[in-house]
Amino acid sequence: MMVQFAWLIPLLPLLGFILVGVLNKRLNVAMSGGIATAAVFISFIISAIIFGEVAQEGSIPERVVLFDWISSGTLSIPFSFLIDRLSVIMLMVVTGVGTLIHLYSIGYMSHEQDHPRFFSYLNLFVFFMLLLVLGSNYIVMFVGWEGVGLCSYLLIGFWFKNIEYSNAAKKAFIMNRIGDLGLLLGVFLIYMTFGSVNFNEVFSGAENLPQNNAAVTAICLLLFVGAMGKSAQIPLYTWLPDAMAGPTPVSALIHAATMVTAGIYMVVRSNVLYALSPDASSIVAFVGIATAFFAATIGLKQNDIKKVLAYSTVSQLGYMFVALGVGAYETALFHVITHAFFKALLFLGAGSVIHAMSGEQDIRRMGALKKALPITHLTFLIGTLAIAGLPPFAGFFSKDEILAKVWMHSPIMFVILAITSVLTAVYMFRLYWLTFYGEFRGSEHQKSHLHESPATMTIPLIVLAVLSAVGGFIGMPELFHAPHFLNEFLAPVIFKASHEEASHTFEIMLMSVSVVLLAVIMYATYSYYVTKKVTPEEDSEELDSFAKLLVNKYYVDEVYAALITKPLDKLAAFVYKYIDQGLVDGTVNSTGTVLNGISGQLRKIQTGHIGAYIFAMVIGIITILVLTMII
Amino acid sequence: MNSILQYIPLNYYVALAAILFAIGVMGVLFRRNAIIVFMCIELMLNAVNMLLTAFSTFHGDESGQVMVFFIMAVAAAEVAVGLAILVMIYNNIRTVDIDELNKLKG
Repeated sequence: MMVQFAWLIPLLPLLGFILVGVLNKRLNVAMSGGIATAAVFISFIISAIIFGEVAQEGSIPERVVLFDWISSGTLSIPFSFLIDRLSVIMLMVVTGVGTLIHLYSIGYMSHEQDHPRFFSYLNLFVFFMLLLVLGSNYIVMFVGWEGVGLCSYLLIGFWFKNIEYSNAAKKAFIMNRIGDLGLLLGVFLIYMTFGSVNFNEVFSGAENLPQNNAAVTAICLLLFVGAMGKSAQIPLYTWLPDAMAGPTPVSALIHAATMVTAGIYMVVRSNVLYALSPDASSIVAFVGIATAFFAATIGLKQNDIKKVLAYSTVSQLGYMFVALGVGAYETALFHVITHAFFKALLFLGAGSVIHAMSGEQDIRRMGALKKALPITHLTFLIGTLAIAGLPPFAGFFSKDEILAKVWMHSPIMFVILAITSVLTAVYMFRLYWLTFYGEFRGSEHQKSHLHESPATMTIPLIVLAVLSAVGGFIGMPELFHAPHFLNEFLAPVIFKASHEEASHTFEIMLMSVSVVLLAVIMYATYSYYVTKKVTPEEDSEELDSFAKLLVNKYYVDEVYAALITKPLDKLAAFVYKYIDQGLVDGTVNSTGTVLNGISGQLRKIQTGHIGAYIFAMVIGIITILVLTMII
Repeated sequence: MNSILQYIPLNYYVALAAILFAIGVMGVLFRRNAIIVFMCIELMLNAVNMLLTAFSTFHGDESGQVMVFFIMAVAAAEVAVGLAILVMIYNNIRTVDIDELNKLKG
């Protein structure tokens, strides 16, 4: 049984991290990238073999205990992995997409001096991410959770000499820390309620609890705070767009395909608890829908190619949380998988464009790149169609499934979500037309330098494009009388599957309306951005108030700065000046001054005259003798 | 049993030892030449030695005399070390006047 060798999966990237990290500058880019890619690729092969074993009929979840980690009184936390159908899917996504992005990075980072540091961090990230999805209790998962946060920080701040980039890294780290506090409190509460943090014990304990138990609701909400931080939901989403400061492969791997979906994985893993708490689930759905809608509107007015994709990621993560909130856990995971394919593809495509444009990220300076970058263009188009939801591309199936499930739950939420998917199509096609069609708007130097990316970069693009095109077939709607592979596969790990299906007429309507709408949006954006050649306003131009609001991202960063950062800075300045410098330093310094004064007086006793010492000694002896005689 | 030392009464020994010891103390206190201070210390030691011998004789206990040998041995060692120190001091500052040795003044 290969399952017993599951520990190799996270071990290999860890070894890769150590090897590349230690050898460091002695490696050239092909070697450091090669080692890192090979480590993840072998993990992928082992994952695939294990996937095959777990996929067999009637397989039972396997626990692989490596060693006893924490054992104290009734608390027992083994360092163990859980191999079940949920974790193997995540394994495949993480190692599969991870391998492709590692490969891509070899081309993308070839001009970078510090590539060993990059590849070692990337491997470390994969290690922690695998720990996160493999852990068989909340504590091992938490270790992975913190680890990916650390790697995200290290990689966003990869070019740490740029102060803005290292500030973005700090922002991501601190915002995640707020969420992590919630997660940690949730885990404590789980231990208090169930007396264990192991998944199987917690979930079997929860099955006997009544619905809307206060403790379970509190646990769900606290865990969701953790998910808000990691998966960039309102109000903790502002770090993700800033995280685009990192190299583009990092944005693709960490900030689109894997790490940000950790929150969704965690909720799916804890689906027993969420199924027990409809109250908490409604809050999850509400936050998700608000995030999906607001992020999509912001995405309409961004001009940085990566920022558009970042807001799109936030919006898509919102979609997944809506699915979780309405109890469609399999559907959320379905969207995690398809999103990993097409969003990684879009980011890598954007990276290829940026590479060709010598670092330019502003879509107002691009245009007409279709000829110069044929492979990038084609794959990017597939990614765009997939995210916009054109059948039969991957995004269509997962997104329509979410919409159908939401329709069964609440029509109002369905309407908002449908508008959001229209907005998604609009901002994606705006990005697509402005980048690849129209006239070239960059400098002459950039124009002469345009080139298609090397094979290490185009091969991952092609593979991901194929996956984005066909990835949706693992979850066909019932309408087509094809088996829904994913739902069947996941049935053992989902406690309470949502069995209600939307009617066939509704599904057909939904599909035809989305196809027609998509065609209209494509035509409208084409005529607006390509035929009429409208380009987004320059920063200096005056905007009407609503557009201004969108360009400035609803001033959320400014509001946070005014409400939280500024008062904290003031408080810190106050504490520094009065408490630290005044009280603490004052006490320490005055103690020193007083002692100095006293010893200054005392030292005068030390005259240095031997005679005086001896005299004092004799007087002392005589005193002692006299005293003994008297007493 | 009777020793020649016992022909002189014990009081005389005590008085002589006290006088010798007092002379030694005075010398240590008031002389400035380090060698003389040193000799005065020896004087004090020997006053004590004499007292020990006298008492051990009068009490018929030999352990006091054994103790004297110990003291003499220690005193010899002390003199060796002390004189060596004095030589070094003299080599360094060309004097053995203890009032000049005030480098440790606070």
